[in-house]
Amino acid sequence: MDTIVAILAAAIVAGTPLVFAALGELVTEKAGVLNLGVEGTMLVGAVSGFATAATTGNVWFGVLAGMVAGVLMSGIFAILTLNLMANQVASGLALTLFGVGLSAFMGKPYESVTLAAQAPLEIPLLSQIPVLGPVLFKHQILVYVSWALFAGVSWFLYKSRAGLVLRSIGESPESAHAIGYPVIRIRYLATLFGGAMAGLGGVHLAEFYTPLWVEGMVAGRGWIALALVVFATWRPARVMVGAYLFGGVTIAQFFAQGAGVTITAQFLSSLPYLATIIVLVFISRDMATIRLNAPVSLGRPYRPD
Amino acid sequence: MRLKLEARAEPSPLMGYLSPLLAAGLTIIAGFILFSVLGKNPLQAFYTFFVHPIRDLNGIAELLLKASPLMLIAVGLACGYRANVWNIGAEGQLVLGAIFAGGVALYFYGSDSKFVLPMMVVAGAIGGMLWAAIPALLRTRFNTNEILVSLMLVYVANLLLSWLVNEPWRDPEGFNFPQTKQFTETALYPALIAGTRLNVGFLISLAAIAAGYLFLNRSFKGFQMRVAGLADAAAKYAGFNANGMIWLGLLLGGAAAGIAGMGEVAGPIGQLLPSVSPGYGFAAIIVAFVGRLHPVGILLASLLMSLLYLGGEAAQMELNLPSAMTGLFQGMLLFFLLGSDVFISYRVKVVQPPKAQARLKEAAA
Amino acid sequence: MRTDKRITRRITGLAVGTALGLALSGAAYSQEPVKVGFVYVSPIGDAGWTYQHDQGRKELEKALGAKVTTKAVENVPEGADAERVIREFAAGGYKVVFTTSFGYMNPTIKVAEKFPSTVFMHATGYKSAKNVGVVNARFYEGRYLTGVIAGKMTKSNSAGYVAAFPIPEVVQGINAFAQGMRSVNPKAEVKVIWVNSWFDPGREREAANTLLSQGADIITHHTDSTAVVQAAEEKGKYAFGYHSDMSKYGPKAHLTATTHHWGGYYTKAVQDVMAGKWKTTNVWGGIKEGMIKLAPLNPAVPKDVADLVAAKEKDIAAGKLHPFQGPVKDNEGKERVAAGKTMGDEELSKMDFYVEGVQGKLPKK
Repeated sequence: MDTIVAILAAAIVAGTPLVFAALGELVTEKAGVLNLGVEGTMLVGAVSGFATAATTGNVWFGVLAGMVAGVLMSGIFAILTLNLMANQVASGLALTLFGVGLSAFMGKPYESVTLAAQAPLEIPLLSQIPVLGPVLFKHQILVYVSWALFAGVSWFLYKSRAGLVLRSIGESPESAHAIGYPVIRIRYLATLFGGAMAGLGGVHLAEFYTPLWVEGMVAGRGWIALALVVFATWRPARVMVGAYLFGGVTIAQFFAQGAGVTITAQFLSSLPYLATIIVLVFISRDMATIRLNAPVSLGRPYRPD
Repeated sequence: MRLKLEARAEPSPLMGYLSPLLAAGLTIIAGFILFSVLGKNPLQAFYTFFVHPIRDLNGIAELLLKASPLMLIAVGLACGYRANVWNIGAEGQLVLGAIFAGGVALYFYGSDSKFVLPMMVVAGAIGGMLWAAIPALLRTRFNTNEILVSLMLVYVANLLLSWLVNEPWRDPEGFNFPQTKQFTETALYPALIAGTRLNVGFLISLAAIAAGYLFLNRSFKGFQMRVAGLADAAAKYAGFNANGMIWLGLLLGGAAAGIAGMGEVAGPIGQLLPSVSPGYGFAAIIVAFVGRLHPVGILLASLLMSLLYLGGEAAQMELNLPSAMTGLFQGMLLFFLLGSDVFISYRVKVVQPPKAQARLKEAAA
Repeated sequence: MRTDKRITRRITGLAVGTALGLALSGAAYSQEPVKVGFVYVSPIGDAGWTYQHDQGRKELEKALGAKVTTKAVENVPEGADAERVIREFAAGGYKVVFTTSFGYMNPTIKVAEKFPSTVFMHATGYKSAKNVGVVNARFYEGRYLTGVIAGKMTKSNSAGYVAAFPIPEVVQGINAFAQGMRSVNPKAEVKVIWVNSWFDPGREREAANTLLSQGADIITHHTDSTAVVQAAEEKGKYAFGYHSDMSKYGPKAHLTATTHHWGGYYTKAVQDVMAGKWKTTNVWGGIKEGMIKLAPLNPAVPKDVADLVAAKEKDIAAGKLHPFQGPVKDNEGKERVAAGKTMGDEELSKMDFYVEGVQGKLPKK
C-alpha cells in the first residue's frame, strides 16, 4: 500500500509540468493554432523563473517571470504566424531552436546557483485521509495551482461565452469572422496563454521540482505535452489523466526496477506514444467525435480580409 | 494612423527576391547588436559565422555533406506540403531508413558484392516509406491527423533504434557499448572528393532536387498536388483522387527521409548508433519553408542552414562563444526569413483608425 | 596484477618523460605556443563529466602557461558532427586534441589517419593507433571507497544507485560500490535504477526519490546532474556525488564524492608531445596516479570510518587492495574471480554482470 501511495504521489508530481504545458497548448490549439515551440518556451520559462527567484529570493517573482517569459516567447510565434502569416509548424520548430539557445545563454551565470527546496503544503484535515491524503494533499503549491488551472480551463472552454467563441474560431475562423468575432485577437490571446502556461511548467520544473537550472533540463517534456494534448483528444480532463499516466509509467518502471524487476526500457517508453496513436485512430474514425473535439482549423492560417 | 497588411491580388515576384534580402538586413542589424553586447567585433563574428567555415575545399565539402540530408528530406516533404499533407515526422522516417539500411549492411557484413550499397539505398527508402505509410493509412482510412501521428512515430522510431543497438544488433566486440559493428567499405558511400567526407550521397540529394523540380513544377501529378493544396474544393471538382495524393505526399517524404537516414549511416557515421541524426528531420521542415517549398529555394535554404551549423562551431573555436549562441542566432535568422515572406503575398498599407473602425463595424453588422 | 604493473610503468614513464621533456624542449618554448584542442560532449556547466575535463584543461593552461593555448568546443553530438570538429582542430594546426567522450572513438581514429602529425587522446574508448592514445580512469576505486562509507553509515542496510546506461564503466562503478559496502557490512544490498539517459534532472530525481522510498538511506548516481544529491538533501538522507564535488548542492547529504582529475594527465601528455617523446599509450589511472580522488569528507562521517577509508585508500594506491579481489561471485551465485586472484583489466573493461549484493538483473542479458 505504501508503495502504491508513493507511486501515485510521485506520478502526480512528475505529471505537473506536463499538465501546465499541455493545458496551455490545449487552449492554443482549440483556437486553431498549433504551436510546436512548447519545449523551447518551457526552457526559457524555466531559466527566467529560476534566475529571478535566485536573484530576488522570492519564488513568486520567479513564477511571474517564467510566465512573462512564456508570453514573450509565444508572442514571437504569434507575430510570425498570426500577423506575418508564416507557417505554424516551421515557426514553432524555429521557436524551439531559438528557445534552447536562448535559455542556455541566459542560464550561464545561474548554473552553480542552488535554490532552497520548497516545502510541500499539507492541506489540513484532507492530508490526514488515509491513502488519498498523502497521494493528493501533500504537494508543493504549484500542484494545487495546476488543479485550479484545470478547473479554470474546463469552465472557460465549456461553460463560458468567451470559451465558446474561442472554440468556434478553432472550428471555422471564416464563419467566426463573418459573425464579427475578432479572430486574430482571440488567437493571439490563446497563443499567449499557452506560452504563459508552458513558461509556468518550466518554472515548476526548475524552481520547485528539481530545483536547479542546467541547460536542456526540460529534456523533451515539451514534446510530450504536445503529444498529450492529442492523446487527450483536446479534453482538459483527459489531459490530467494522461499527464499523470505519462508521469506514472516512468515512476512505476523505476519502482519495478528498484524492486529488482527488469523490463526492456525502450518498449515501455514507447507505450505512451503508441497509445496516443491508437487513441487518435479511435477518435478520428468516427467523424462525430472528431468534430466534437478536434479543432478543425488546427494549423491552418487564417487572415480576415 | 496605423499599419495594416493587405492581400495582394497576385504574389509579388519582386518581393520574392527582396524578402530574403530584408531578412538578411534584419539579421545583420540584430547580429550587430547581439555581438556588440557580447563584446565581440560584429564584423569578425559575421565573418566567422558565414565565411570562415567555407574558407577551403574541405570546408565546402563539409557544407555540402551537411546540406545533403537537409535538401533531400526537405524536397521530399515539400511534395506533401504542396498538397497540404503535413508530414512532420521525417525524423522518424529517417531513423527507420537508417535501421533498414543498417540491417542490410549488417546482414551482408563482409560481403564484397557491389549490390550491397544499392540495396541499402532501396532498403532505406522502403524503411522511410513504411514509417510514412502508417500516417498515410490512418489518415486515409480513419481520417486521423497525419501531423500528430507522424510526430508520435518519431519517438517510437528512436526507441526502436535504441533497442536494436542495445540488444540484438550490438557489436559483440564493442565492450558492451550501444553500437553496431562498423560497416565495411562495400556498405559505405564512396568519397566524391578525395580527402574530404563528401560522398556520393550528395549526388543523390542533387538528383532528388532535380526530380523534385520536374515533378512539382512540370508534371501533371505535381500540378494536381498543387491545386489540391491551394483549393481543396477545386481539386475535388476536377476529380483528383484526394487519398492518392495523401499517399503520394507522405510516401515521397518518407522515401526521401529514409534515403537521407541511409546516407548518414553509410556516410559520415558508418555504423548504427543510438542517435543517427542531430534533428535533420525537423531542421528540414524549416528548410522546406525557408525555401518556400520550391526545389531551388530548398537547395539554397539547405546550404544556409548547413552554414549556420558550421558557423556555430567556428564561433566556438574562433571567438569562444558558447554553443548556445548557435541556436539563438539560427532561431533569429529563421524568424526573419519566415516572417519576411509575408510581403510576397501581402503589402503594407497605412490606414486611418476611424475608417478602419467603421469597416470593422460594417463587417460585424 | 600483470596488467596493473604495465600501466603503472607507463605512468612512471610519463613522469620521467616529462622531466626530460622540460629539459629538452627548452629551445622550443620561445617559439609559438602549442595549440591544444578539447572536444566536449555536453555543455561545460558547473559540475559533471565535462566540467571536470574543463577543469583539467584549465590546470593544463596554468601548468604550462604561455607554452600552450587551449580551445574547447562544447556540446558536440556523438556521431557525424564530431568528426568535423575534431578535424577542424587538426587542420587548424592543433598539435594535441583531446576527445572526451566514448562516442568520439571512431571519428577520432578516422581523423587521426588523415593527420599523422597530430596527437589525439581519446577518453574511455578501446581503440588506439600510432597517433591515438587512450585514457581512462579507475573510477571504480573511488566507488569502492564510497561503498565502504555507505556500508558503515547505512541504517537500513540498503543503498540506492541511479545509473544511466549499462555500459561496463557504469557497471564497474555499481559493483565496486557494492563490494566496498559489503566489505564492511555483509548484509548490505544495492538497488539500481536505470534512467536510460545521461542527463535528465527530472528523471534522475524521480529515480532517487523512488530508491529513498524503497528503503535506501544512502544514494549515489552515475548520471550527469546534481539532482540526486539535491533529492537526498531534501529528504534528509545521505548521498555521494560523482564526477565533481557536489557538496554545495547538498551540504548535509553529501558525504563525499568520487571526483575525476584529468589535469595532471593532460599536462604530462602535452609536455611529452612538446618534447617529441609521446608514444601511443593506454593510460588507465586511478587513486595512485591522482586521477581519482575523494572529495573532502562530510563532518557527519565518524572519525573511525574516516580513518578506515583513509587506510583503504592507501592500500589501493599501494596496490595492496583491489576492489575486485577474489572470491567475487555474481548475484546469481556464479564465481567470477577465484579466491586469491584479482580481476584483470580485460575482464574489468568488459564487465557485464552484477556482483553479489546488487539486486535485480542487468538489463539486456
